[in-house]
Amino acid sequence: MTAKTSPPLAIHLKGIVKRFPGVIANDGVDLMVRRGEIHCLLGENGAGKTTLMRILYGLYQPDEGDIALHGKSVQITSPKAALAHRIGMVHQHFHLVSTLSVEENIVLGLSEGTGPFLRFKKTRQKIRQLAEEYGLQVDPGAKVWQLSVGQQQRVEILKALYRDADILIMDEPTSVLTPQEVKALFGTLHTLVEAGLTVIFITHKLNEVMEISHRVTVLRKGKAVATVNTGETSKGELARLMVGREVVFRVEKKPVQRGEKILEVVDLHAQNDRSLPALRGMTFDLYAREILGVAGVSGNGQHELSEVLTGLRKATKGRAVLEAHDLTECSARTIADLGVAHVPTERIRVGIVPSMSIRENLILKSYRSSEFCKWSILNEKAAHQNACNLMEEYEISAPHDGTAAGNLSGGNIQRLVLARELSGSPRFVVAAHPTYGLDVGATEQVRKVLLEQRGRGAGILLISEDLDEIRQLSDRILVIYEGQIMGIVTPKDASLEEIGLMMAGSRRQEVEQ
Amino acid sequence: MRAPSWIHIERRPSRSAWTVFYVSLLAIAGALVAASIFFKAYGVSPLHAYRLIITGALGSSIGLAETVRRTIPLLLIGVGLTVAFRAVFWNIGAEGQLLVGAIAATGVALFVPMPDALRLPAMFLAGFAGGAAWALIPALLKAQLGINDVISTLMLNYVAAFIVQWLILGPWKGPTARGFAYTDKFPASALIPRIPGTTIHWPTLILGVLAAVLAYVWVMRTRQGFEIRVVGENPNAAHYAGISQSKVIIMVMLVSGGLAGLAGVGEVAGIQHKLLDAGKLSLGYGYTAIIVAWLARRNPLAVLITSFLFGAIMAGGDVIKVSLGLPFQLVNVFNGLILFFLIGSEILMKYKVSFAWRKR
Repeated sequence: MTAKTSPPLAIHLKGIVKRFPGVIANDGVDLMVRRGEIHCLLGENGAGKTTLMRILYGLYQPDEGDIALHGKSVQITSPKAALAHRIGMVHQHFHLVSTLSVEENIVLGLSEGTGPFLRFKKTRQKIRQLAEEYGLQVDPGAKVWQLSVGQQQRVEILKALYRDADILIMDEPTSVLTPQEVKALFGTLHTLVEAGLTVIFITHKLNEVMEISHRVTVLRKGKAVATVNTGETSKGELARLMVGREVVFRVEKKPVQRGEKILEVVDLHAQNDRSLPALRGMTFDLYAREILGVAGVSGNGQHELSEVLTGLRKATKGRAVLEAHDLTECSARTIADLGVAHVPTERIRVGIVPSMSIRENLILKSYRSSEFCKWSILNEKAAHQNACNLMEEYEISAPHDGTAAGNLSGGNIQRLVLARELSGSPRFVVAAHPTYGLDVGATEQVRKVLLEQRGRGAGILLISEDLDEIRQLSDRILVIYEGQIMGIVTPKDASLEEIGLMMAGSRRQEVEQ
Repeated sequence: MRAPSWIHIERRPSRSAWTVFYVSLLAIAGALVAASIFFKAYGVSPLHAYRLIITGALGSSIGLAETVRRTIPLLLIGVGLTVAFRAVFWNIGAEGQLLVGAIAATGVALFVPMPDALRLPAMFLAGFAGGAAWALIPALLKAQLGINDVISTLMLNYVAAFIVQWLILGPWKGPTARGFAYTDKFPASALIPRIPGTTIHWPTLILGVLAAVLAYVWVMRTRQGFEIRVVGENPNAAHYAGISQSKVIIMVMLVSGGLAGLAGVGEVAGIQHKLLDAGKLSLGYGYTAIIVAWLARRNPLAVLITSFLFGAIMAGGDVIKVSLGLPFQLVNVFNGLILFFLIGSEILMKYKVSFAWRKR
């Protein structure tokens, strides 16, 4: 017992492997979480954080590896089994019945008491007691639909505590909260660990890691790359660990002289789907023959920016002028007709119609043009010819152009989207996460195509969470944080650490000092 | 939930026409087996009953004529429903749209003075417009306010039926109807010609066949059809491509309701020759056509076949009612079972199920 300086382990995951068709979500992950600590799981989207926690919560079964709780090896076959092991999870999207009351939601699925009747008096007492103890004020009789998002999250936490959880998994809990609610949540989490509970906190926000956690494990591409004490690390180091330093491949980027200004964005404001401010006064210019990279941790307004510029979301204030047209006042169709191409974030959910053919998907935006449509009748021959040409040019591999787009691989779907969007020689290209989830070959091709467009004369707004990609391709890098621009730098005069710090909310001047 | 190890479920990469065909046959066979329970319960051999249905509906020229008579409204409505279903607008209100079409045609037949030669064309136009207008209500409710299409279309059926009821008991009650609840008989110029010796009002049938072909071309080959399919298959992509979902919903419902309205014209001017009680006027064509469109897998051309099939089932239902003394409702039970099995069989289109008796 003499050598033991740290508290015992609450959770020990050993060599967890989880494969999904075509991807390895977890590739031999080890994770050690001490009893009574707040342990952050940090990583980019798709790094495997949520998958790992779903395994711990019994929602997925690992293909390989062991789980030990408090030193004992266990099998967690279902969330019910996880609860029996006193593990609770608060999902990113809540699992509440909105028409039921708080207490009804909390006891839902429990079989306590006798007979078919619920014992609300006792329940209510216990809820009140828990709420008071941990600072989770919420009216047990209120209906869930009446509650704010922050209050709903408290109900989720209460649900776990009511079931005697002593390990609490929080999956990106702050993504839906206002700053004030975040503060309250952090207070609660501190009270919980003081009372002896263990908290695992999934996030990709560096500030939160620094603020709340005792230790942090960084996941990258399905692997745990490091576990460090929060007190002994910095945002810069974590940013580097999270995005990885090694450059996987090089793309030849010829220097080009940037052209005239094509887009002028002034004081742009917009809201996200939850009606919270997502863009808060963005002002920047974009030039022809230029790639402007947008770097930032996801959820800081990139998605909303791409949607506002393509007419899919209304701006609440400001303007975005593309050659005398204010895009904030145009419909998506008008903007597309102005020569704006959009490679959307969710290429399968938004970018294609999976059940329709490659041929039809390739004319999704141009079907009204005289090339493909005469007197309202679609010209199948022209569409077929168009598909053949584009499939060859963009190397879309498929049996034929009648194949349903949904049957293509991820790389081929992205090639299809690029082929459609870029074939009309657009002036302005919004490319959101264009290589996300693609394999090496497809990634390389996508980057090559974007550089070709730049050479041809297009101005490109490249949104990506892959900092290497941004640094390799961009002529200038715009760093976004909570809907504001932290600074615009060139890849040459900004180090990864500097960009990382700006992504975490420091303005450029602060970074330089 | 995990399937037992001897059942192997695999995603189908794509659905072939052959898969659609045999899965549909399987569903009908399943419904036949399930329906036998009810025939048994009435003490009738199911095989005997099915044989009667087939011979009754198809075995004689009279039976065949009865089948075609029922095919006509099912064809018109079914074609319209395939179009609405393509845009994933669940139009359960064809019954009401049929009735309003019938009302509009009756109004033109009885109360609008015009040259005889124009009367029938005007009635068809009015019927189409009436059905379309009735369908426009749920379309606008959905497009503007996001109100559930299933509920609004269904509820409007009852409203339409009560309007018919009110008209035939009130303002339009025929002076020559001797106290019965229906309007006066239509003038000769307002009657759709029939094939002599039958109740087949052939001009409506031709309209139905024409509608099937045109709807197919419209959905599969035109710009608007492309928009309809994109909205139905992936509304997110439609939004992304700048296609207006509201416009598509209104467009398909005008056509869907209009075709149901034409079916209503056929029933009043081709069969009944007067406006009468909603239940006697329609026989539930608007509901049966849902199954017709579904079995056709939303393909307007396939409705030519499926509407005939259900026309035969309805005609055969009359036969078993008369010769076996069974209630006509049994046919509705049977139709319901077919829809039930069809919807259930959708999963077989997406997944291939095989049984591995030996260990792999």
